[in-house]
Amino acid sequence: MEFFRNSNIDFLSKKWYFIAFSLVFSVAGILSMLFWHGLPLGIDFRGGTLVYVKYSHTPDDNAVRSQMDRAGLHNVRIQRFGTIDSNEILIDLPLQETSEQALDQGKNQIINALQTNVSAGKPDLNNTSGLSLTAYLMQKDPLHLGTDAQQRYSAIAQTIVNYRDKTKGGVLASFDELKGVAEPAVLTSIQQDFFLSDFGVYQVEIVGPQVGAQLRKQAILATLYSLGGMLIYLAFRFEWIYGVAAVITVFHDTLITLGAFSLTNKPISLTVIAAILTLIGYSNNDTIVVFDRIRENLKLMRREKLSDVVNRSINQTLSRTILTAGLTFLTVLALYLFGGEVLHGFSFALVIGILIGTYSSIAIAAPILVAYQDWRSGRNKPPAMLPTAGGRREKVRAKA
Amino acid sequence: MNKNLGVKLVVIIGVLLLFVYGIFGIPSGFSGSALLASLQNRISLGLDLKGGTHLILQVQVNDAVNIDTDNAIQTLKSAMRNAKINYTDLTKPDPANRPDQIVLKGVPPEASSDLRTIVQDRLPEYDLTSGANNAYTVTMKPTNLTDLKNRAVQQAIETIRNRIDQLGVSEPMIEEHGLGQYQILVQLPGIDDPARVKQVMQSTAMLEIRQVMGGPYPSQEAALQDKGGVMPEDSMLMPGKTNPDGTQTWYFVSRIPAVTGKDLRGAEPSRDQNGQPAVGFTLTGEGGRKFFAFTSAHVKDLLGVVLDGKVQSVATINEPIHDQGIISGRFTDQEVKDQAMVLRSGALPAGIKYLEERTVGPSLGTDSIRAGVRAAVVGMSAVLVFMLIYYRAAGINADVALILNLVILLGFLGFTGATLTLPGIAGVILTVGMGVDSNVLIFERIREELRNGKTPPSAVEQGFGHALTTIIDTHVTTIVSAIILFLFGSGPVKGFAVTLSFGLFANLFTAVFVSRVIFDWVLSRKRIGEALSI
Repeated sequence: MEFFRNSNIDFLSKKWYFIAFSLVFSVAGILSMLFWHGLPLGIDFRGGTLVYVKYSHTPDDNAVRSQMDRAGLHNVRIQRFGTIDSNEILIDLPLQETSEQALDQGKNQIINALQTNVSAGKPDLNNTSGLSLTAYLMQKDPLHLGTDAQQRYSAIAQTIVNYRDKTKGGVLASFDELKGVAEPAVLTSIQQDFFLSDFGVYQVEIVGPQVGAQLRKQAILATLYSLGGMLIYLAFRFEWIYGVAAVITVFHDTLITLGAFSLTNKPISLTVIAAILTLIGYSNNDTIVVFDRIRENLKLMRREKLSDVVNRSINQTLSRTILTAGLTFLTVLALYLFGGEVLHGFSFALVIGILIGTYSSIAIAAPILVAYQDWRSGRNKPPAMLPTAGGRREKVRAKA
Repeated sequence: MNKNLGVKLVVIIGVLLLFVYGIFGIPSGFSGSALLASLQNRISLGLDLKGGTHLILQVQVNDAVNIDTDNAIQTLKSAMRNAKINYTDLTKPDPANRPDQIVLKGVPPEASSDLRTIVQDRLPEYDLTSGANNAYTVTMKPTNLTDLKNRAVQQAIETIRNRIDQLGVSEPMIEEHGLGQYQILVQLPGIDDPARVKQVMQSTAMLEIRQVMGGPYPSQEAALQDKGGVMPEDSMLMPGKTNPDGTQTWYFVSRIPAVTGKDLRGAEPSRDQNGQPAVGFTLTGEGGRKFFAFTSAHVKDLLGVVLDGKVQSVATINEPIHDQGIISGRFTDQEVKDQAMVLRSGALPAGIKYLEERTVGPSLGTDSIRAGVRAAVVGMSAVLVFMLIYYRAAGINADVALILNLVILLGFLGFTGATLTLPGIAGVILTVGMGVDSNVLIFERIREELRNGKTPPSAVEQGFGHALTTIIDTHVTTIVSAIILFLFGSGPVKGFAVTLSFGLFANLFTAVFVSRVIFDWVLSRKRIGEALSI
C-alpha cells in the first residue's frame, strides 16, 4: 500500500495561497486575543479558586448561583462540567476574591454556601476526609475497642471513604447506600453524628497571585528558551538561515495554536504550555526532515534552481510527512476523544498544533529559504546558502 | 553475518527481559491481579492519579533574618555599653524590606575605631560602613545573608517533615520548590482535606516564657493609661489569647524572654489543676538552670507563657521552678495534642504563607487513570494496525519495535522511580505516535531506494544510513524541548517531560538498532533477489 508515489506538486507556486491561509488564521487569532476573548488564562496563570463539585442529582445552575449570591460571592462563574449525566459543576472564583492571607477562605465559603439540609453542628459525610473520619471513630469508639483501635478504625474509615469515592463516584445519596460496607454499629453512629449533603467536592485548585505571576514568567521564558535552543541547534547543524526559517515556522505554529485557544475561549493551563513546547519540538521534526532532504539534494543537483530543489525535496518527503503526521494525529485524537476532561486542553493543543505544524513545514519553512535567496540575488549578492560547501557539513554527510 | 546477528538478538532479548523486570520486578505470581499488584508497586503514580493534596509554601525568610539582626542589636548594645561608647539611636529602619540592615546614629568620631573593633570581633558576619553625620550602617554580609535564608528553608523543611510524619500521612513529599524563591512544595498523597495538616504545618510553635508586668487590659490605650502613659522599662505590649466572644486583651511583658523554645526538651498533652486539657512541657538542663534562676529572682511575680506571640496563660510564681511547666487556657483535647506535637517538632525558623493549594479527590484520579489507559490502548492499536496494513511484513517489524519501545519506557519508570502523572501517560501515548516517525522515515527511504532499483540488502543499508542523521536531528530537537519542560515544569508537567525523554531515548534504540536487526534477520532467510515485503 502506498499513498504518495512519485508525487510532483509545485508547492512553491502556491505560496500566495499558503500565505493567505496562514494570515487568515493568525490574524483571526490575534484579533480574538486583542478584541474578543483575550488570552484565556487558566487558573495556573491567572490565580484564583476553582472548586469542582459532583452532585448526586442533576445540578441546578440557578440554585447554585443564588446560593453563591447569598454567601456574598457575586463574581463566581458557574459552569457545567464533564458529560451530561456526570452531574458535575465547576465554580470559579476570581483572584480578587481569593484572599492571600487565608488562601482557602474562598473554598470554604463556597462549600459552606452549597450545603443544604445542614443539621446544626454535624459534619457532612460527603465532604469528610478519611483522616477526619478516623479521628471521629477513634473518639466515638462505636465498636468499644478501647484506646488502641487506631488501625482498625483507620481501615474502616478508609473503606467507607473508598466506597464513597471509588464505587459511588464521590457522592453518597443516602446513608442506606453504606449498608454492608462497615459494621452496623459504626454506621448507626455515623448516621447519628453526620448529615449528607447532595454533593461532594472532588477537586480544588487554589492559586495565589504570586504563583500565577511566577508561572506566567516561567512559561514565557520556557517558550523563548525552547525557540532559542532550536535556533542555535539548527544554525549549528545547517546554516543560520535554516534556523531562522525553522523558528519563524514554529512561531507561526505557536501563534495559531494560541489563537485557536483564544477563538474557542479555552483556558490555557500549565499542561497546555507543555503541549506547546512539545509542538515546538514536533513541528521542528517535520521541518528538519525537509531541510535534511534539501541539503542532500543541493549536493546532488548543483545546477538546478533552488526552488526546484526545494520542490523536489518536499515531494520526496511528502509521503513520510503525511504518514507520520497522520499517525501522530491518530494517537493525539485518541487522547482528545478518550483522555478525559483533565487532559482536554492539552490534547486540544496537540490536535491543532500537529495539523498546523505539518502544514507549516511544507508551506512556510521551505519557501522562506527560497524567498531569502531570491531577496539576496535581488540585491546582487552571491547566493549565500550552499550548505554543502562548508567542510563541517561535508563531514557530517560523509558519516551518514 | 549470522553469528553477529545471533549476538545482536541476545542483546535485544536481554534488554527486553531487563526492562520487563523494571516494570514488574519479581511478581508474586503470574495471574492478572498479581502482575497488576507488582506493577503498582514498581511504578509510582503522581498525585493527579492517586489523589491527594499539593501545597506550595512561601518561607518568609526575612523573619529569620530579623531574628538574627535583633540579636545583633542586643550584642551591639551591650558591647557598646561595656566599651562606654555613646550613641543616639540604634534601629532597623526598614525591617520588612531590609531586615539585614541596622543603622547606628550619633557615635562620637573618636569612638569610631573602637566601634570598628567591636563589630569585627563580636559580629563577624556583619559589615560596618560609615555614613554622614556620625551615622553607621551595620549590614549582614551577602554570603551570610543567603546562607541564613537557605538554612531557614532547610530547617523549615525538616520541621514540617517532623510534624507531617507525626500526623501519620503516608509517603509525603516535602522539598524545596522553584529556583531560589525560598518556596517549599508539599505533596500529601491520600489527603483530600488539608485543613488540619495545614494548621499543624503553619504553627510557628514559638514558645516563650516572659515576666508579666501588667494586665490584662481591654485595649492598648487602657494599658498605657494604667502606667501613666509611659511604657515600663524593658517591657512591651503583647496580645493575649482571643476571648470566646472575640474581644482581645493586652499585657505588658518583659522585652527579653526568660526561656524560649530552644530550651524545650519535650511537650505532652496534660491537664491543669482544674482538670482542663493543657500542654505540659519540660526544659533542657541549660533551660532548666535559666528558668530556676529567673523564678528564684521573681517569686510572687507574674509569669506568662507565650505561644506564637500571644500570651496563653498567666500564673503567679509561688516558688522557684526547675524544668517543668504547663500551658493552660481553654484548649480542646485536639488542640492540646496538636500543640504538644508542634512544640516537640521544634519551632519554624520563619513564618510560612500558602501560595498554592490543589486537591485531587481519589474519584477523579481513578477516572483519570481509566481515561488515560483507554486513550493509550486506542491510540496505540490504531497505529499498530495501520503499520501492518501499510507496510505489510515490515509493519510487523515496526510494531515489534514500538512495543519494545513501550516496554523500555515503562521499565525506565520502574527503575528510576520516576512518577507517572496523567500528562505522563499522555507522554507515553505521544511517544508511540512520534516513535513511529523514525520507522516511517526509514521505511519510506527503503522503498525509495528499492524504486531506484537497489537490491533489498543495499536498499535496507542505504535506507537506515540516510535516515540516521535525520532521526538524530529530530530527536535532539524534541529532547531540547523536553529538558526545558523538565527544568521549568513542576509536578504533572515534569512527569510528562520525563516520559517524553525516556521514550525518545528508547526510540533511538528500537527504531535504529532493533528494527535493523529484524530486517537483517529477514534478509538472511531470503534467497538472493527475493522481494522484500514493505
